[in-house]
Amino acid sequence: MNPALHSVLAFLQGWWVELLCAFLIVALVPLIAGYIVLVERKLMADMQARLGPMRVGPHGLLQPIADALKLLIKEDIIPAEADKLVFWFAPVLSMTAALTALGAVAFGPWFHVARDINIGLLFVVGISALGPFGIVLGGWASNNHYSIIGALRSTAQLISYETTAGFALVSGFLLSGTLRVGAIVEQQRADHAWYAFLAPVGFITYLIASIAETNRAPFDLPEAESELVAGYMTEYSGFRWALYFLGEYANMIVVASVGTTLFLGGWLRPFPSVDWLGWLDALPALLLAAVGVYCLIRAGKQPAQVQKLFMWAVAFACFGVALIFALAAPLAMAPLHIIYPGLYGAFWFLVKVSAYIYVFMWLRFTLPRFRFDQLMRLGWHILIPLALVNILGVGIALALISGLGWNRWLAIAITTTATVIAGLLLIRWNDRHAVAASLAAEASPVEDSYAG
Amino acid sequence: MADESKAPQSPESSQPATPGATPASPAAAALPSPAAKPAAAPPPPVQVPLENELTRRYRERFGRAILDAIEDRKQAILIVDIAQFLEIARYSRDTEKFDLLEDYTAVDWPRREKRFDLVAQLYSFPNNVRLRLKTAIGADQTADSLTSVWPVANWLEREIFDLFGIAFQGHPGLKRILLPDEWQGHPLRKDYDILQQDTAWVRENLGIESGQ
Amino acid sequence: MSIVADTVRDNDLHPTDTLLGADELVLNMGPQHPSTHGVLRVKLKLDGERVIGSECVIGYLHRGVEKIAESRSYQQFAPYVDRMDYVAAVSNGLGYCEAVEKLLMAEAPPRAQVIRTILAELQRIASHLLWLGTHALDIGALTPLFYCMREREEILKIFEKYCGARLTTHAFRIGGLQYDAYDTLEKDVERFCKDFERRIQEYSDLLTGNSIWIGRTRGIGLLNAEDCIALGASGPILRASGVKWDLRKAMPYAAYSQYNFEIPVGTRGDTYDRYLVRLEEMRQSRLICLQAIENIPAGPIMARVGKVLKPPPGEVYHSIEAPKGILGYYILSDGGTQPYRVRIRPPSFINLQALDKMVRGHLVGDVVAIIGTLDIVLGEVDR
Repeated sequence: MNPALHSVLAFLQGWWVELLCAFLIVALVPLIAGYIVLVERKLMADMQARLGPMRVGPHGLLQPIADALKLLIKEDIIPAEADKLVFWFAPVLSMTAALTALGAVAFGPWFHVARDINIGLLFVVGISALGPFGIVLGGWASNNHYSIIGALRSTAQLISYETTAGFALVSGFLLSGTLRVGAIVEQQRADHAWYAFLAPVGFITYLIASIAETNRAPFDLPEAESELVAGYMTEYSGFRWALYFLGEYANMIVVASVGTTLFLGGWLRPFPSVDWLGWLDALPALLLAAVGVYCLIRAGKQPAQVQKLFMWAVAFACFGVALIFALAAPLAMAPLHIIYPGLYGAFWFLVKVSAYIYVFMWLRFTLPRFRFDQLMRLGWHILIPLALVNILGVGIALALISGLGWNRWLAIAITTTATVIAGLLLIRWNDRHAVAASLAAEASPVEDSYAG
Repeated sequence: MADESKAPQSPESSQPATPGATPASPAAAALPSPAAKPAAAPPPPVQVPLENELTRRYRERFGRAILDAIEDRKQAILIVDIAQFLEIARYSRDTEKFDLLEDYTAVDWPRREKRFDLVAQLYSFPNNVRLRLKTAIGADQTADSLTSVWPVANWLEREIFDLFGIAFQGHPGLKRILLPDEWQGHPLRKDYDILQQDTAWVRENLGIESGQ
Repeated sequence: MSIVADTVRDNDLHPTDTLLGADELVLNMGPQHPSTHGVLRVKLKLDGERVIGSECVIGYLHRGVEKIAESRSYQQFAPYVDRMDYVAAVSNGLGYCEAVEKLLMAEAPPRAQVIRTILAELQRIASHLLWLGTHALDIGALTPLFYCMREREEILKIFEKYCGARLTTHAFRIGGLQYDAYDTLEKDVERFCKDFERRIQEYSDLLTGNSIWIGRTRGIGLLNAEDCIALGASGPILRASGVKWDLRKAMPYAAYSQYNFEIPVGTRGDTYDRYLVRLEEMRQSRLICLQAIENIPAGPIMARVGKVLKPPPGEVYHSIEAPKGILGYYILSDGGTQPYRVRIRPPSFINLQALDKMVRGHLVGDVVAIIGTLDIVLGEVDR
C-alpha cells in the first residue's frame, strides 16, 4: 500500500477518538452556545416582565437557528484598510481557544470531552488565556481608533482577572492536591465536601473573576453599546461577529465547567457519600418525567397542530431519556450499568454548570456596569490581595488539619474569618493611597467658574 | 377648531370669568395690583404705568436710563436704555437680588426705528418676585453681553444672534447655535419668509420648482 | 446680510493645560449615539481619559416652532407645543394654555384646574419613569427600563382614555378642557397610585443601595447651588443642589395651592442626589394625585373665552414647573388672532448648558451618566 496513505490510516486508527471529539465539539458547541443565548434572552425577558423571542418556532425555540442562518448569509464586510489576514484570523483564534479549552473538561466519570490530561485544569486555564489574543488582534486589525481602544481595555480587563482567577484556583488546588480533572472530583468525594465550602473565599473570588473573564456584566464595559468607545467587535459583522459572540458563550461554558469541577463537586450528586440520600439518584429521572408530563399538559393547550406535535415530541423525548436514566440505575437492567455513573454524573454536572451560568445571567440583568477604572481597581486592589491572602489561609488551614490534627470545619471557619479580616485590612491599607489620589484629582481642575 | 365657548357640561348658572375681569390667580403678579375696577365699566386697560418701591429705586439709581415702567397684566416691566443695559443688569443681580435670568429673548418690530426689543425676564429667589427688562436696539447696533452677569446668557444670546442677527459684544463665543453655521439669514425676523427660503433652496440644490 | 461670526474656530473648546503636556484629543459623541437621548452632538476634549472641555452642538431637531407660532391662531398652535418636550406633552400644554389664559385675563374653572393638576402630575411621573429607565440603561442596569415602562404604560392608558392620545396629547384647551373626566378616571388614577408606591420601592431596591450604582453616580457631575442659579439650571437639578424651591409652591398655578406636598432636596448636587430627588418627586406627585381625586369640584370645564381669541395687545410671561425644570412661555399679542411672538423658555436647553461645567474633570465613561442625569429632551432643546 502507499506508505503515505498507510501512515494516514495509522494516524486515524490511533487518533480517531480525539478526532471525533474535536469534530463533535466544533459541531455541537456553537449550537449549544446559541441555545444558551436563547435561554439568556428568555430569562432576561422573564425578569423584565416580558416574553422574549416568541415568533420563530414555538416559543422562540428556533430563534438560534434563524439567527445563525441570518448571520451566515450576511454580506462579508471588511474595512478597506484592515489587515485582512489578521481580521480573518482573530475571531477564529478566539473561538478556537474556547473550544480547545473545553476539550480537557470532563462532565462525567468517563465523559471527558477529549482526554483526561494529567495537568487537566491547568491546561484549560492556560488555553483559555489565549482568548485575549483574539480580542486584541481583532481590535487592531479593524483599523478603527475606537476598536483598538476597546480591545486594549478588554485585554487589560481579561488578563487582570485571569490573575485573580488563577490565585483563586490555586487555593482549590491546594485542597485537591492534583490537577487531573477526574482526580479533583474524586478527591471531593473523598473529602466529603465540595471545595466551595472548604475554600469559600476562593470560590467567591473565582466566581467574580470568571464573570470578568468572560466580559459579562457588570464587567462588560468593553462591549457595552451605550459607552463612548465602541468595542473590539465593531467592524465585525455577519458570521465573524457570530464567532466572537459564540466564543464568548463557549468561554462561559468553560469557566463554569472549571468552577464546577473544582469548587462545586463536578459530577458528584449533593452529599455523595451519605448513603441514605441515595434516593437523590432518582432525581434526574423524576425531573425529566415531570418535564415530560408538563409538556403533555401544555400540548393540549397549543393552538396549532404543529405546536401540539412539537410539544408531544418534546414530552416523549423527555420520557425516553428518563427511561434510560431509570433503566441504568443499579436496581435495573444490568447491561446498562456501565453508563450509569457517566449518565448520572453528567446530569449533575450539567445542572451545576447551568446554575453557574444562571448566576452569570442573573447578575447581568440586575447590576449596572462598572466604569473601567472601578473595574481595574476591583481587580487589582481588592480581589488580588484577597486571593493572595486566601492562598495563605487555605495553606494554614491544611497545615492545621493534617499537621496539628484540628477538626476540619473549625480550622476552615477560623482561617476563612482570618482571611477575610486580613484581606479587608490589606485592601484598606492598599487603597488609602488610591482613594486619596483620586479625590485629589477630582477636586482639582473644576474650580474655575463658568465665567466665559 | 371646536366651539370652545360651549363646554358640553356648562350649566347656565355658572359664571366663568369674563375677559375683562381681573383674574384672581396668584400667579406671577409681583407687585401690588392696580386700583379696583368699577362694576360695569369698560374693561380696564391691561397696561398701566407702574410706580412702586422697586421702580423708585431704579429711577433713583439710573434716572433717565429707565425710560418707562409699566405693568402689563400684573407683570412688572421696565423699559430701559440700551446704553446702560449692562449696568442695570448688574445692579439688578447684585442689589435687587434678581439672581436668576429666567429668559432672554428678542422681539422684532420691523417698522420701528430701533427694530428689536431685547427682553430679559428676571427672577429673584430671595424675594420671590419677577421683573422684565426691555430695551430697544437697532439692527446695526451691538448689545453688551450679559454673560458676565448671568452665565446662563451664553446660549441665550447665541440663540438671539442666530435667529435675529443681534450681535453681542463681550460674548465668549458668539456663533449660531440652532441653525447650521453656514446658514444665511435670521429666521425670526419678520421679513424672513420661510416659504421663500424653502423654494429658493429647492431651486438651487435640486434644480426643480418646489411644489409648495 | 448675515453675520457668520469670525469666532467660528474648530477649537473653541475652552483651552486648558493637559497633564504631561500631551496632546489633547477631541472625541466626538456624534448625533447618532445610543445614549445622547436624541440627536445631540457633544465634542469632548480629552486629556487621556479625563475630560477637560466639552462643547454641545445642537439644532438637529430645530423645527422653527416659534416662527410657526406667528402664523397660527392661538388654538392652532396648541398641538405644536406638545411636540417640544414630547415625553411630557401634558405639561407643555398646561404651560401654554395657562399663558394664553393670562393673556386673555381669563381663568379656567376650578374643575378644569383640578383635572389639569391630576393629569400634569401623572405626566410628571411618566416623564420621570422614562428618565429613570433610560438613565439606568445608560449606566448598565438593563432591568429598570422595563419596569418603568410597565408603569408608564398604565399612565399612558389613562391619557388615552381621557383624550385619545398617549404621547402628544393636546389634553387641554385655552380656557379649560375640552373633555370632561371620563367615568372611571378617579378609579383608574387611584388604582395606579395604590400600586405605584410598591413599584417605586422596587426601583429603589434595585438601584439606591447598589454599590455599583453609587460608585457610578455619587460625586459625578457636581453642580453646587450657586452655579445652578448662575447657569439657570432648574427643576430637579436645582433641588438636588440644595435649593428648596419649586415653582408649584413659590408661585402656585393650576390647583397646586390646595394640596400638601413636600419639595425633595439633595445635599451634594451630584448624579446620585438627582436620582434620589426625582424618585422622591414621583412619590410626591403620587400624593398630589391621591389628594386631588378625592375632591374634584363639580362645574363647568371651560371658561367663556369665545371662539375666536383676540387678546388685547400686550405681553405676558408665564412659567410652570415642568418635569424637566422651569418651562416658560412669553407671548406677545398685537390684538390680532395670531400671536405676534411666542417665545418658549425650554428647561432642557438651559440645563444642557450646564453640561460643560459638570463634565470637566470626569472620565469619559461618566459623560453618559451626566447627560442622562440632566434629563434633556432634544425636542425641547432645539424646538
